[in-house]
This record gives sequence, structure tokens and C-alpha cells, in this order.
Amino acid sequence: MTKGLERPQRKNPLVRSNVPLLPPGARSIATLGLLQGAADGRFMLQTCAGCGHVIYPVRDICPECLGQKLGFADTPRGGVLVSETTISITADPYFRRRPPVRQGLVSADCGATMIALLHRDCPAEGRVTLSVKTDAAGQPVIFAHPETGGGPYMEDDPVWRELTAQPKFRRILITDGRSPVAIPLIRQLLAAGADAVFVGVSDRWKPHAELEQAVSELDCVSLHDLDLRDERSVGDLASELGGKTDILINTAHHFRPGHMFDAGQILRAKDAFDISAVGLLRLAQSFGGAMLGRSGDGERSAAAWVNVLSIWSHAGLPASAVYAAAQAAELSLAQSLRGEMSQGGVRVCNVFSGPMEEPWFEDMPPPKVAPAAVAKAVLKALTEGLEDIYIGDIAAEFRDRMLRNPKETERLMWRG
Amino acid sequence: MDVLTTLAAALGNSQIRLVDLTRTLSPDDPTIIMPPEFGQSWPVRIERISRYDATGPSWYWNNISFGEHTGTHLDAPAHWFTGRDLPLNTVDTMPLEPMLAPVCVIDCVDVSQKNADFLLTRAHVLEWEEIHGRIPAGNWVFMRTGWGDKTGAAYANLDAEGAHTPGPDAEAIRFLIDERDILGFGTETIGTDWGQGGHLTPPYPAHNYLHGAGKYGLQCLTGLEALPATGAMIIAAPLKILAGSGSPLRVLALVHTTA
Repeated sequence: MTKGLERPQRKNPLVRSNVPLLPPGARSIATLGLLQGAADGRFMLQTCAGCGHVIYPVRDICPECLGQKLGFADTPRGGVLVSETTISITADPYFRRRPPVRQGLVSADCGATMIALLHRDCPAEGRVTLSVKTDAAGQPVIFAHPETGGGPYMEDDPVWRELTAQPKFRRILITDGRSPVAIPLIRQLLAAGADAVFVGVSDRWKPHAELEQAVSELDCVSLHDLDLRDERSVGDLASELGGKTDILINTAHHFRPGHMFDAGQILRAKDAFDISAVGLLRLAQSFGGAMLGRSGDGERSAAAWVNVLSIWSHAGLPASAVYAAAQAAELSLAQSLRGEMSQGGVRVCNVFSGPMEEPWFEDMPPPKVAPAAVAKAVLKALTEGLEDIYIGDIAAEFRDRMLRNPKETERLMWRG
Repeated sequence: MDVLTTLAAALGNSQIRLVDLTRTLSPDDPTIIMPPEFGQSWPVRIERISRYDATGPSWYWNNISFGEHTGTHLDAPAHWFTGRDLPLNTVDTMPLEPMLAPVCVIDCVDVSQKNADFLLTRAHVLEWEEIHGRIPAGNWVFMRTGWGDKTGAAYANLDAEGAHTPGPDAEAIRFLIDERDILGFGTETIGTDWGQGGHLTPPYPAHNYLHGAGKYGLQCLTGLEALPATGAMIIAAPLKILAGSGSPLRVLALVHTTA
């Protein structure tokens, strides 16, 4: 049974910090196909279009029918643990630092047999639930949870914690306290066991009474000057908190409707890009290196970076052209950031929302996404180690349509 | 001695001193805000090009950006629609003479500290004149409120109704223009108008009347306590921005030390 994680002791300033180490990262190009399911929490395995055979490990040709039309499809998650072993010592530097790692051979219900990392609570030869996760190197691995039961500290399993970015005992920076997502997010992070939540607020001379009131009622939450449009402001906060930010959640958001031909769009573009895209770049320049250097720093290591984005980062939106373009630029930088942060095992997650329940989206028809639902999605991304989450019906439908037919998606955006 | 030699001597022997009436141009200083559906002025931004580092090993310099109406700044007549058709109404074309001019300072500190919504009226101006004499034509009139000592939220003093900062009413401004022919009006607050000036008739009367009459505005001043009620000279030379409606500037005062 997994024991509850004890509160990490304060860092000994006389002891050298662990440098980031990564698990072996070599995979075939075909194996990267598993990442689609890992990114958004689906259990997608390679499947032969000809005979329906589920193939694992990933191959270039179906071993059953020699068919070459292979894709990735949702697959039943169940399986039976056939055998197991515990790796106590290894020559690999990454695993040498880890406690004993439990691995097993699982006969999956879909017919494939696979080696999986095992949760400590998995019963010997019992039923398990499988998932595809990304390890610290960003490569796909199979993880098995017990199908039923499990102890009260499931999320504290050391391997699971490594494959996710649990908020428990971590210190978390929310970049824009004025975002409607901020207050529900603060509450949910604290409920998930965060040690401290730092909340950035720009232009503090403008009223922010609701946020101040909410923060005054909560322990372990503090407000800090942070304006993503200002290099000095971002740098100053990084000087103060960069060494203890374990998770950074970028909630900065600047929606202003407007067609390309409308007056004032050039200046609006500057504002939108300054906050969304260049703002992310400023954060990356000031916090990225510090977080990367702390990603091996024990239970309070730097673990994740979350960006709250719009689904319109994927497609032009004539009714809000500048906003969509700025979101697209932010998404591009966020994907590059993921590549940079993978050098130290810091996860980068993008949470995509449709229009939110907030005044700027008032004239858009429902369904809209409640800010609390966005906060919940951020928690899901962290606790399940996901890379891309689409929140709500509109976003999920948008994602499916975009994967199915990008041109159809482009045309639908013309309708607003 | 000629006048300039006398001035130089007075500056040299501290009979006359220079006083800085300018707030530091900083990203942290509040700026005017409009309802968010309107275009917004850029705040002050300072971004480093290099500081003796890989991007410039021997030199330090920054790129700066800001709106024309940020920090301590001058409003030219073209800033408001009422002054749009006047000749020489922008900072690049305005005459030089207004850049060096005497000032009358109306002390409203006590009432403004007690009431952020204090309105300067014609009656207040006349009361001031009873003590200090008639305001001469071609003078700046500065409304001293102590607001220049404030920073951040206290300086902007915003609530759900908008800004609450002292300023002139429409009648006072009309009086200063029509009957005193002032050069312009200066304040320590973010604008030359009352914080709730949008609710006056006409809205924003200081902007409306001053610029319609070809007068100037100076705002975000500080350090006005160093000025006598009369007798100081103001140096206020805006940047020569092509067709600029205003400009941040360094505002200096020449003050007799005996004042």
C-alpha cells in the first residue's frame, strides 16, 4: 500500500541540488504515435485498419496480416497483471536516483501484451487499468493502476508522481490574478495540497477587490506585482520567486473582438501579442531557466508549466482576428517551450477553452465554459500529467472536427 | 548686466533655483484609462537593448515606449476635438513662447485631502485673487492638491464609478479662459479634468474648453509645494513629435529662493 507523502523538509542550503536527469529517450518515430493519446488522456494504441489487430509495441507492419494501414485508436483500458519484477538497482543514472521501480507484464483486454510501470497498489496477478503517459523525457510509457481499490494515497505513488505534476506540497505561481479563472484555481490548488500559491496582479493601482477579498480568506496565498507586458516586472518577480516556483500557470488572457478592417486593430494586435505571445516569452526568459535547473530537486522540484489558451489558437477567427492570431502565436511558443523544458523533464501543458462565462464573451451563444471548469481542467492536467486538454463541449467538438477536417473547421470559423 | 547674465548670476548664487515638477517616467505609474472597448494608451515600457553584456558589451541602453499622454505630460490643443482645427495645434508646431511662462498656483491641498472629489469653482479662483491679485494673461494656472505625493492605487483612486480626484468645474475653466486669458491649466492628477469630469457639462470641460481656445494642459505634476502663489517661471518643452497631440516632458520651475 502506498504511504502518504510526508511534507518535504526545507532545502539544506549546504547540499548541492540534484541536477535534472532524464530516462532513456530513444524511441522509434512510429512509437511517437502513442503520444496523441498520452497528450489528452486517452488510451490509444496502434490498430490495424485491415484486421483490427491491436499492436504493441508499435510497428510499421501488422504482425497478423502484414497490412500497412496502421493507425491509433481508442482501446479498452483493462488488463491482467501476469508477472512482475522490482528493479532495485540499475546502471541508468535516472533510475538510480529513484526508489525501487515496479514493472510488470500485462495481458491487456485488447489482446496485446505489454510491459507497464506498476502503481505500488497494483495487486499481484490482479486486474489493472492501463494508461499511456509521457515520462520525464516526453516519451510514451505504459502505466498500470489497480482496477479497483487502492489506498488513500494513490496520487503519492512515486512513479505516478514522476509521470504527473501533483500540486501536493508544491509552490505554484498563477500569472494573472485578474483572470476569471484565478480565484477558483487558487481554491482548487489549495484543496489539492499546494503549499503556497503566488498570484500575479498587473497594475495594482486598478481595483481588484474581489481577488483581495478571496485571498484574505485563504492561507498560503499571496499577491505579487506581475505584468507580462513589462520585462522588468517579470524579471523582478522571477528574482523573487523563480527559485521556488514549482508549477507556473499562465492564465494571462486578452480578448477583444474585432474584424481585421475595424479601426484600431493594429494597436489591439500589439496589446494582444504583448500579453499572449511576448508575455509567454518574457515568462520563459525569466522563469524558464530557473525552473529547468530545479527539475531534479526532490519532491519540491519544478514540475510543470500550464498555459490557458483558446481553441481559436488553432484557426483564424474573422470576428476576432487579432485575438486568434495572438493565441496562435502563443500556442507556437508554448510548443517550443515544451521542447525546451523537456530537457529537464518539466511538463508543459496547454489547456484549450472555448468562450468562457465572462463579460467579454457575453454576446456569444451558449454553451460557454465556466471559469471553475477551466480551473478543474488545469488540475486534471497536473494530476494526470496531460499535455493538451480541451474543455467543454465546444472545445471537444472543435478538436474532433479539426482532427477530422481542418478545412471544414476553417470555414466554420467564418460564422463566428 | 543684461537680463540673461543677471539670470545666470542668480542661478549661480542660488538666488534663483531650479525645481523639478516631474514624476519619474515609470511602468508603475498609473496612466489614463478609457473604457476597455476604446483604444488604450500604452503605459511606459522600458526594454533593455543591452547592459554591458552579450547584446552590447560596452554599452547600456533601452528601448522605451509610451503613449503621448503618460507620465508628466503636456496636452496640445489638437488633443481634443474642440482644438482640432486650430493652427499650430500640435507639439511639433506649437510656438516656443508657451514653453517658458509664469505661473499662478492655487493651493487646494487641505480641501482636496479632505475631499477627493473637490471641485475648483470660479468662486474659489476669485477668493485666491483677493489675496494674490488678478491672474495675469499668459500665465499658467496650477491647481495644487498634494496629489503628486501619491502613488499607485491612491494616486489613481479608482472605484466602480471611476476616478475620484480633484479638478476644476466648467465655470472655473471658462472664467480662466474668457476673463483671464491664461496660457494653460496644470494639475497633479492624471488629467486636467476632475476625476468624475465625464459627468460634467460639457464632459471633461477642462479638455473641452482649454483646447478649444488653443490653451495647453499640464498634468501629473509633482512638487508644487516648492512654488510660490505667484512669481515662478515654468519651463515646459514637449518632445517635438510629428503631429503629436501631447508629450511627456520634464517640467522645471525657476523659483526665487526668497519666495
